[in-house]
Amino acid sequence: MTAWLIASGIGVLTATGTWLLLRARTFDVPLGLTLLSYAVNLFIVAMGRVGPGVPAIVRAGVPPSLAHYADPLPQALALTAIVISFAMTALLLALALKARFVNDSDLCDAPVDDASPAQDVDPAPGRVGSFAR
Amino acid sequence: MTPDHLIVAPILLPLLVGALMLVVERYRPDVQGAIAIAATVALCAVAIALLQRAAGDEIGVYLLGNWPAPFGIALVADRLSALMVAMAAGVALAALVHAQSRWARCGPHFHAFFQFQLAGLNGAFLTADLFNLFVFFELLLIASYALLLHAAGGRALRSGFHYVVVNLAGSSLFLIAASLFYALAGTLNLADLAVKVAAAPAADAGLLRAAGLMLLVVFALKAAVLPLGFWLPDTYGAAPAPVAALFALMTKVGVYAILRTTTLVFGPDAGPVAGLGGPVLYALGVGTIVLGALGALAAPRLKGIVAFLVVVSAGTLVAAVADGTAQTLAGALYYLVHSTLAAALLFLLVEAIARQRGATGDRLWSAAPVAQPALLGLMFLGAAAAIAGLPPLPGFIGKLGILAATVDAPHAAWLWTALLGSGLVAMIALARAGSRIFWKVRQPQPDPAAVRVGGGELAAIAGLAGAVVALAVFAAPAQQYAMATAAQLLAPRGYIERVLGAPPVTRRAAVAVAGEGAR
Repeated sequence: MTAWLIASGIGVLTATGTWLLLRARTFDVPLGLTLLSYAVNLFIVAMGRVGPGVPAIVRAGVPPSLAHYADPLPQALALTAIVISFAMTALLLALALKARFVNDSDLCDAPVDDASPAQDVDPAPGRVGSFAR
Repeated sequence: MTPDHLIVAPILLPLLVGALMLVVERYRPDVQGAIAIAATVALCAVAIALLQRAAGDEIGVYLLGNWPAPFGIALVADRLSALMVAMAAGVALAALVHAQSRWARCGPHFHAFFQFQLAGLNGAFLTADLFNLFVFFELLLIASYALLLHAAGGRALRSGFHYVVVNLAGSSLFLIAASLFYALAGTLNLADLAVKVAAAPAADAGLLRAAGLMLLVVFALKAAVLPLGFWLPDTYGAAPAPVAALFALMTKVGVYAILRTTTLVFGPDAGPVAGLGGPVLYALGVGTIVLGALGALAAPRLKGIVAFLVVVSAGTLVAAVADGTAQTLAGALYYLVHSTLAAALLFLLVEAIARQRGATGDRLWSAAPVAQPALLGLMFLGAAAAIAGLPPLPGFIGKLGILAATVDAPHAAWLWTALLGSGLVAMIALARAGSRIFWKVRQPQPDPAAVRVGGGELAAIAGLAGAVVALAVFAAPAQQYAMATAAQLLAPRGYIERVLGAPPVTRRAAVAVAGEGAR
């Protein structure tokens, strides 16, 4: 039952994330990537064999085998992945905001006038995510 | 056994200097450039020391935190890693010197991000752990996102967004592949993984192949191989020149990872995953060459042409790696160094040209002539000949090495046609661009406001050009190194035994080292 719940949870998160990712709007895409990273984190933890009542910390009197303990390594990996995806999402949001206001569109494929040299330079250097126009 | 700290230095040095830069930038912004260049020169020295050591067929292993190999994270400096680190340091030095005259002052935190990116690159080249490889990929990517958007306008913001999203999706896939490998083999150490995968039960074969293919998809994405490479031309075309030069290394990270995993983990002895993805990679590599060549013909800007030529070189390398014989790998390694140097050189040169053409930039329209036509024209001619692979230059030697090694290979006709055709197309595209820029001018006099090429920029360009020429002059020792590297890669047993047998530093040895230090 636990395995079924986790597997379907990962599946639903991945499907939703992929759908949002393909919407190609600067708000939906970071949201989709966030859902995808949730799915990935669940997947990593699940790879360390999930079960109720099996902590990762060794207790006195309990034989040290994987039947009695959870594998701590996938948990550490998931923690690393969470931190990295958190930082990446923050960066992506800042980027999405700035792109929204510089290109005046929230489409990921916002039309950029390739012939205009003005598109080559930063209109407001150093102000990532600035709302000022 | 004393720890060999030289192996961790290429990661720690840029990481510490990058952190230092954040402070220096605030209080003494004037000395930033000097510190960054000094640190990168030191990095070059470390890389050369590593290269020399690796050239003696020594595989250096560094156990982080003194954990023995399959449990902790190991760094390994074999011939391939040392070569990649040395190449990265050299290109980075040229890009950094070039950036001093303009780009480093265009926006905040340039030097810090530059050093962090170097730390990520070197870490990816040195690590022997799958998850650690992911972490270093993220480190170099997050720094590259910031560098790409350094002083960026609307176009760079759009392509930057694409680049970030594509890579984040790739990272998710990488994590799934890595954790799947951990679930099946119980290890993330590449050497241990090679042992465990080879001995895996037949019931796990399907899942192992799935995990391995997912890993190859991620690496192919970084290397910009055919269906996954469409992010590259736009991204590189939008990046500032020194950043684009540094990015010339980034596709090579993907190629390196493919080369490392296909020889170490998916080698011929790997049981259920032996030779995984080989034929597919070969076909995709050839397809990438064709796509890059067509793109170079169609690109409306000079920088776009160079970016598509980077795609061509990535395709060439992937096809050669997929072919996988010792001779092909040796040719590919030589070509890898050459194509990186030549692409970095052209990116730096294109910007010098673009800046003298006023608002037209590097667009292939007729506009004002450049202010220094003889200097820039001759350098462009030389760089174009280098990247297209004309005879006296190393591109020709590298391609010849790959062609000669694949004479008898099955499906060689595809690679031969694509490789020779792409050389011709590169020449046509660059000749057309060069004649438009240097000869088909709309007014007789250059723009009076044109910025002449600065001394630092010229030094960087000359340095890279000198490196390309040196690669041709010293072709024999370079090819010997490449040959020995290929041999080392194709005999992964030595690597595996060295990593798994690396003894941790014992307490007594540590005390002895401390005692020596005190004396």
